[in-house]
Formats: sequence, structure tokens, C-alpha cells
Amino acid sequence: MSTQFERPESERTTGSTTGRQPGLERPEIRDTGLLRQSLTIVRRNLIHIKRMPEMLLDVTIQPVMFVLLFAFVFGGSIAVQGSPAGYREWLMAGIMGQTVAFASFIVAVGLTADIDKGIVDRMRSLPINPAAVLVGRSISSLLHSSIGIVIMSLTGLAVGWRIREGVLDAALAYFLLLLWGFAMIWLGILVGSAMRSVEAVNGLMFATMFPVTFLADTFAPTENMPSALRTVAEWNPLSSLVQAVRELWGNTGPAPADAALPLHHPVLSTIIWTVGLTAVLAPLALRAFQRRTAT
Amino acid sequence: MTSTPAIEADNLVKHFDDKVAVDGVSFSVPQGSVLGLLGPNGAGKTTTVRMMTTLSRPTSGTARVAGHDVVQDPRAVRRSMGLTGQAATVDELLTGRENIRLIGGLYGLTPGYIKRAGDELLERFSLTEAGDRIVKTYSGGMRRRLDLAVSLVAIPPVLFLDEPTTGLDPRSRVELWDVLRGLVRDGTTLLLTTQYLEEADQLADHIVVIDRGKVIEQGTAFELKNRSGQSAVVVTVSDAADLTRAEALLREVVDEVHLDEGARQLTAPADGLRAMTRIAGIFDDSDIELDDLGLKRPSLDDVFLRLTGHRAEEPTHETEEVAP
Repeated sequence: MSTQFERPESERTTGSTTGRQPGLERPEIRDTGLLRQSLTIVRRNLIHIKRMPEMLLDVTIQPVMFVLLFAFVFGGSIAVQGSPAGYREWLMAGIMGQTVAFASFIVAVGLTADIDKGIVDRMRSLPINPAAVLVGRSISSLLHSSIGIVIMSLTGLAVGWRIREGVLDAALAYFLLLLWGFAMIWLGILVGSAMRSVEAVNGLMFATMFPVTFLADTFAPTENMPSALRTVAEWNPLSSLVQAVRELWGNTGPAPADAALPLHHPVLSTIIWTVGLTAVLAPLALRAFQRRTAT
Repeated sequence: MTSTPAIEADNLVKHFDDKVAVDGVSFSVPQGSVLGLLGPNGAGKTTTVRMMTTLSRPTSGTARVAGHDVVQDPRAVRRSMGLTGQAATVDELLTGRENIRLIGGLYGLTPGYIKRAGDELLERFSLTEAGDRIVKTYSGGMRRRLDLAVSLVAIPPVLFLDEPTTGLDPRSRVELWDVLRGLVRDGTTLLLTTQYLEEADQLADHIVVIDRGKVIEQGTAFELKNRSGQSAVVVTVSDAADLTRAEALLREVVDEVHLDEGARQLTAPADGLRAMTRIAGIFDDSDIELDDLGLKRPSLDDVFLRLTGHRAEEPTHETEEVAP
């Protein structure tokens, strides 16, 4: 078959290099750095979404259905205080908090699939910064979550949710959501590295994340919960986030006087929780990833 | 010019917890040659390749690719080699061209080069038409070829192939062999693992047989077959009526004769050509008509069986069919 690739003389002198392709000279391999490499991987992940738009269901149809279900089905029977437009407005921060918590889901599923199919190995065999695989996955997941936040904001506007505080407060709320998403990425990397299949990830995450995101002030006020449950719910880090976002958007009043400590300083607590979760989860996640891939 | 080997393993060991997967494997592959790492499932082939390609850190021992130590300088190793893993590790949701672009981009190659290389490689692997189709629609053989094309985008001087033809139909397998031969002709050094003795026989200049993490034999296919000792002389008589007389003649020079009446064949162990010449002389002096007189060397299968006491692998039907 093949033709004739003349090896350039320059190649011969370098000694250890041999092997040519038709009409191609060995190209210069350039180290483009972590960011460029990560973005190359992000672009690949975005092509995935383009080819399989249903990958976005978890941040589009699903939360929108939740907004509609809770707003119109349960909404009438849940009384909330301090929300100018009632339960529907109060609900929005909760659903966004839950959706961002599910970022861990997205990361875990994507990572497990890539490990499983050998894509991660292929990338690790390339002369790139090894972190690019995880950074690329994380940036994609934050983009993914951001799409969800935009869609939910629009849905919220349609059902009567409004931002009633200043631009800075509103922006801080969105920032906290993304910060939370960042912490959840590490949980995703941990689970994605530890589980052997996408099905296992789905099973585990469904069984844990759903209860955890409901056992908070996301969909119903904690005041009416049995007291033991209420304590757990109010110490749930997600509750701090949701309370912070609600307050910053002017969708609720301050937490009741008898609420647990974090809810009285929700913004600060959210920052502490996310930093703390990251500090615990990141080393575990990196170790799990290392163990899974580098053995 | 003294040239350093393209690939070297020196006493590589890998433990997983308390299990020893690779137990002191050493070999050396000269530039531009092909090493076949042959062994059954679980012999430690993939683990060896993972260590050589920097994916897994050796418990002890050293390995060099294109002169670079896999532990000391993994980055330089990654710059000099391509890896085609056991499962075709191409991205199913991307097109063939996008797969090449992704890996080319990660190598930091220029877009202009990637475009040219993409066209050339797709053409070379008969994927030009499929280049803009999503890989999901590809057949197994096409995926393997794309996988190889992707591994070649930066034209690595050393290529590792982990069971490149496992799961392929016979035709695709033979096609892939041709492609690999082309690469070698152009100077690429290959290390390929295989469970198929025939594949090693077809492609490899040098074969390293490993079993349970240890090298149990190495050499060229020819040496391996020879070293495995017993060749046999096979005599096929023209007339079945002569079989008994032929057997008697043979027994004068060898101790053991195996008779196959249906095939009109007599088989006698004989160590090499000299025995065969002698036997030829005997029949020449007699009036027995022969259809054929030949020396049968042991196949790699026989070699493997002798070395390990077990078959290399259940050969799949495909392998059997491919066999000439």
C-alpha cells in the first residue's frame, strides 16, 4: 500500500526519532498550558451537549417541572413568611440551590463515563497538564449549571418571582450559587472516581442527593418540621445557601429567632460551608481519582 | 551510529495491594522494530504497557521510551509515544475529524497542521468519507482505525498498541495488520500486546512471552519455534498400500513413528534438516512413491503450550478463520 514518506534529514540527526506519515513532517508539540488544554476539553464537552441536548434535561425541563409542580400543586398548602409574592417567589432560591447541588451529579456521571471508556487514560497519555482533565470537566459542569440557573431565573420571572434588592446583592447571590456548584464538583469527582459505572453513580446520587436536598429549607420552611429533623435541616449546608440567596434577592425575611445559628448569618455560613466542604472533599476526590486512574 | 533502544524495560515490577501483576519484566526494542508482548488474559501485558506509557507507576524497576525514563520524565515520554488502548478510546459523540482535532489540540499542534494531518490520516485509514460522521455510527474496525489515526496525529516515533485487533472480524484484522506494517516500514517502533500467537507471528520481529507477570521466553518467532525443540518429518505416501513398508523404513532411523492412515501420513520426530535429509535418502533408495516430504516446525501455539502448560487463550472463531 503505502507511499513513501521521506524522513526529513533534520529528523535523522535527532537520533531517537523515527517514524513518519505520508506527506507530514513531525509537528512541533507545544505546551499550551493548563487553561488552553482545559478549554479544549470543555469544547469537546460542549459538542457532547450539542449532539445530545437531552443531557441538559436535568437543568432545564426537570427544574422547570419542579417550579411548576411546587408552585401550583403544593404551593397553596405551604405558608411562608416574609416573601412578598408568597410561596412561588420563596421557592425559586430553593430550586436553584438544589439544581446547583446536582452539579455533583453531572460531574460524576461525565467523569465515570470518560474513565470507563478509556478517554481519561488517553488524555493522561498525552503531554498535557494532568489537571486539565478535571479542570475541563469542572468548567463544563459550571457552564452546565449556569444554563440551568438562567433557565430557572426566566421560569421564575414568568411565575412571579422578582429580585427585590440591589444589583450587587443579586450578583452576590448568583456568585454564591456558583461557589456552591464549585464545592459540589469535588463531591462529583469523588463519587465519579469511586463508582464503577454510570448506573452506579446514578443510583447512589439519586438515593443520597434527593433526600439531602429536600431535608433543607429548599421546598418547605423548616419551622414546621419535627424538632430533630428541623435541626438537621437547618444545619444542612444547602439551607444556608438557600437562605442567603433568598435574603439577597429580597424573597424572604430574616430567619426566625429560634432557627439554628448558620441561618442567622447565611452569607458567611455559605462561604464557610463551601470552603470547608472543598477543603475536605478536594483531597479525597484527588486521591480517589489518582487511585482509580493511575494504577 | 549507536542507537539507543526505542523502548526498554528493566526488571519492571507492579504490585496491586498484595497481588503481583508484573514480576520483573525486562526487554528491549530496537528502533524501527516490532515487539510482540504475548500472553494470556491476566498475564500482565496491559499493566506492563500502562507502566511504559506513564499511566501507572512501577512498584520497582525502570522503563525508558525514546531514551526517557517513564518515572523521572513522564512528560518527555508522553511527547514521544502514542497509545492505542485496549478498547477503542475514541469519543463516540464526536466525528472522526473532531476526534483528531481534539487530540491534536491537546498536543498544542497548529490548526493548519491538524487540518492537514486529519485529511492525510483519514485518507490513509480509509475514513475520508466517514470523517464527518459521528463515531457512534462506525463499525468496530473503523473505530480501531480511527483510534490509530488519532494516536498518530503528532507522528510519535514509538507506538504502543494494547491488543489492537481484539474483537475485530478477520477482514478488519488483516487490514489493520497491513496498516501496522506500513507504519513500521516508515520507521515507527511498535510494541503490541496480543493474545493471538498468529498475530505475533505475523507482525513481531521479536516476541516476549509473559505469563503470570513473568517473562517465560523471548526471541524471534523462528527461534521460539526452533527452541521449542521437536520438529517432525511428515511423510505422505502416494499409495496407502505402501504405508506399512514406509513405516518399517522409517523405524530403521527413528524410534517413534506416528501413523495416520486416512491422510496416508507418517510423522516422526526429527531434530532438524539433517534428519530430514537422511529420511529423504532412504525413500529415494526405495521404490515407494511419495506425495510429499516435509519438515513441520512447532507452531507458536505448541510453543506456548509447552512453556506454560496451558493454551494461550481460547482462540476465537475469528482467529481460526484468519489462519492461512
